[in-house]
Amino acid sequence: MRTFVRKLVIALITAWVTITATFILPRLMPGNPIEQLIGKLTGRVTPEEIAAIKAQFGQGLNEPVIVQYWHYLVNLFHGDLGTSITYSPQSVSSVIFGQLWWTLGLIGTATVLSFILGTALGVYFGWTRGARTDLFIPVAGFLQSTPFYVLGTLLVMIFAFRLHWFPFEGSYDATTVSPGWNWAFIASVLRYAQLPLASIVLCSLSGWMIGMRNMMVTTMSEDFVLMAVAKGLPKRKVMWHAARNAVLPQIANLTLAIGLLVSGALIVEQVFSYQGVGGLLVNAVSNLDYPLIQGIFLVITFTVLIMSAVGDVLYVWLDPRTRTATVE
Amino acid sequence: MRRFRLPGTWKVRVGYFLLSIFILFTVIGPWVAPYDPSYTGFTPDLSPSSQHLLGTTLLGQDVMSQLLVGCRETLVVSFVAGVIAVVISIIVGLTAGYVGGKTDEVLSLFIAVFLTLPGLVLLIVIISLFPQGQQANPLVIGSVVALTGWAWGAKVLRAQTLSLRNRDFVEASRIIGERRWRTIFAEIGPNLLPVLASSLVGTVLYAVSVSTVLAFLGLTPITTWNWGTMLYWAFANNAALAGEWWWLAGPCLAIALVGTSLALINFGIDEYINPRLRVGNLSNRERKRAGLSRRPKLGFTPVHRVTPVIGAPVMAGAQTGPEVLATEATASTPAPREDHP
Repeated sequence: MRTFVRKLVIALITAWVTITATFILPRLMPGNPIEQLIGKLTGRVTPEEIAAIKAQFGQGLNEPVIVQYWHYLVNLFHGDLGTSITYSPQSVSSVIFGQLWWTLGLIGTATVLSFILGTALGVYFGWTRGARTDLFIPVAGFLQSTPFYVLGTLLVMIFAFRLHWFPFEGSYDATTVSPGWNWAFIASVLRYAQLPLASIVLCSLSGWMIGMRNMMVTTMSEDFVLMAVAKGLPKRKVMWHAARNAVLPQIANLTLAIGLLVSGALIVEQVFSYQGVGGLLVNAVSNLDYPLIQGIFLVITFTVLIMSAVGDVLYVWLDPRTRTATVE
Repeated sequence: MRRFRLPGTWKVRVGYFLLSIFILFTVIGPWVAPYDPSYTGFTPDLSPSSQHLLGTTLLGQDVMSQLLVGCRETLVVSFVAGVIAVVISIIVGLTAGYVGGKTDEVLSLFIAVFLTLPGLVLLIVIISLFPQGQQANPLVIGSVVALTGWAWGAKVLRAQTLSLRNRDFVEASRIIGERRWRTIFAEIGPNLLPVLASSLVGTVLYAVSVSTVLAFLGLTPITTWNWGTMLYWAFANNAALAGEWWWLAGPCLAIALVGTSLALINFGIDEYINPRLRVGNLSNRERKRAGLSRRPKLGFTPVHRVTPVIGAPVMAGAQTGPEVLATEATASTPAPREDHP
């Protein structure tokens, strides 16, 4: 229970830090980015919109900062993230939520796939340590240290351009199908998702694999494994015994890896010109669309928080030790 | 206290070798580059030849020169970020672990918050707020990258300090009245070295990836040369679509190889910290000589350890005695090795 409360406190503080940072950073930065932005926008958009942006970032307001902060919080709790400059007059939240599902689908599927595959491989490689399969470790190291986008680029070059097995960009075939709940669209989405998925899975797989292998190796020398062997249990059962105990840190790491994974997925989207928040963010930055940048930062952080909360619940469910009051 | 030396396995050796090549090019790259990387007068779109070892771009630039010149900026930013991040993680992690109590609670929360924040997005938000002129400064990029990447190291350091704080030799130093900073730096510090090295390597790895991503996405100025901007231009000119693989292969392979070299070194550090991982690295002959089967028995840990030779002078910092392998059952998780026989 204590662990749980602690996790909740961490999540709440992270949320607060994120919210406050998005409020303070543009006000603190040298060179006043907002003034620059307004300078750029003058003449391009209506005076009302400029006034709205000024109000959002506290330019030319006669209110003390604390009151501005209060207004900002109130707006936030009403789901109002301001109006996007690039996609004006659409609101920031509608722009983001239009794209969020693509990103979530890609990341969710990739996380589940790479976690299951990587852990299973790690169990096997840990079990057969010292054998020829150890040669896979440097290969895994290569994959792990290769950034997502580099591997993605290589995959695009080989499988999309040389071999023509997969489409090379986009998230569905816009010329033949239209979005909606029809089979042609879903099939197209699945087909276009394969290559981006493969590059995320291949890169993140080896991290899980190496972590699981090392935990397996450590667990296999514990007394209860020796006991299992001594009882004369079949090898497969002994392996299962060890694996179940070795998997716990993996799940603890899962909650930590999600932030990294989200960041990686944003870039993979760029490489494959896949729809999603990644493209939106890059666009927003190059257009100095601060309301949109902030909105994306908030939404992504909250997504990460929710996903790690799910991971934490899973962990508590799997490890009875975390449920007792005294054990940290 | 034994000197911190990595096991000389082939993984570590290959890692050192690769990394030293890249460090060499960081120093001499801009001098040995055959041409000016920005010069656009060559025949565009040439595949690799003896004239242009890695071909030319669509804009008529020499890819090899860009790669060599770009090495410096990429690695300098990454190492700056790595060093700053490690300094932050030492300050936070060591304080949290050593002081304990309320300080530890607060600092641990702080670490956990930074671990949860999606680093790259925070990075992009901060970088986008800097004025254009500052975005090319390696120190600025390095510090911002460090700001988003220090937390992992701090977490590991804290845990390590916590486990060392109550060991006998630290206790002894405290009892004989050593000053606090001496206890921290002379007693605990050296035992943190492997963990520190590991977090430095890890952070540099992160920084290589992240700083090239920033350039690749066009978020830092695209007029200077590093591997990220090379990829940016290649993508902007549809190099993959046109089949100009040499334009992409150079920076991609360079990034991947730097990453691999760091990962290989990190494997070595992991094996140093956790001797149980080490058995896989002995050659067949060594194993046979030590009377070990290739597959260690379940429930037993083959430990690679040093037995002192009786009568030999015991010297601090020197490894005496032959390395002998012994099989023994161990119950507790091996702590990082400090040698107090």
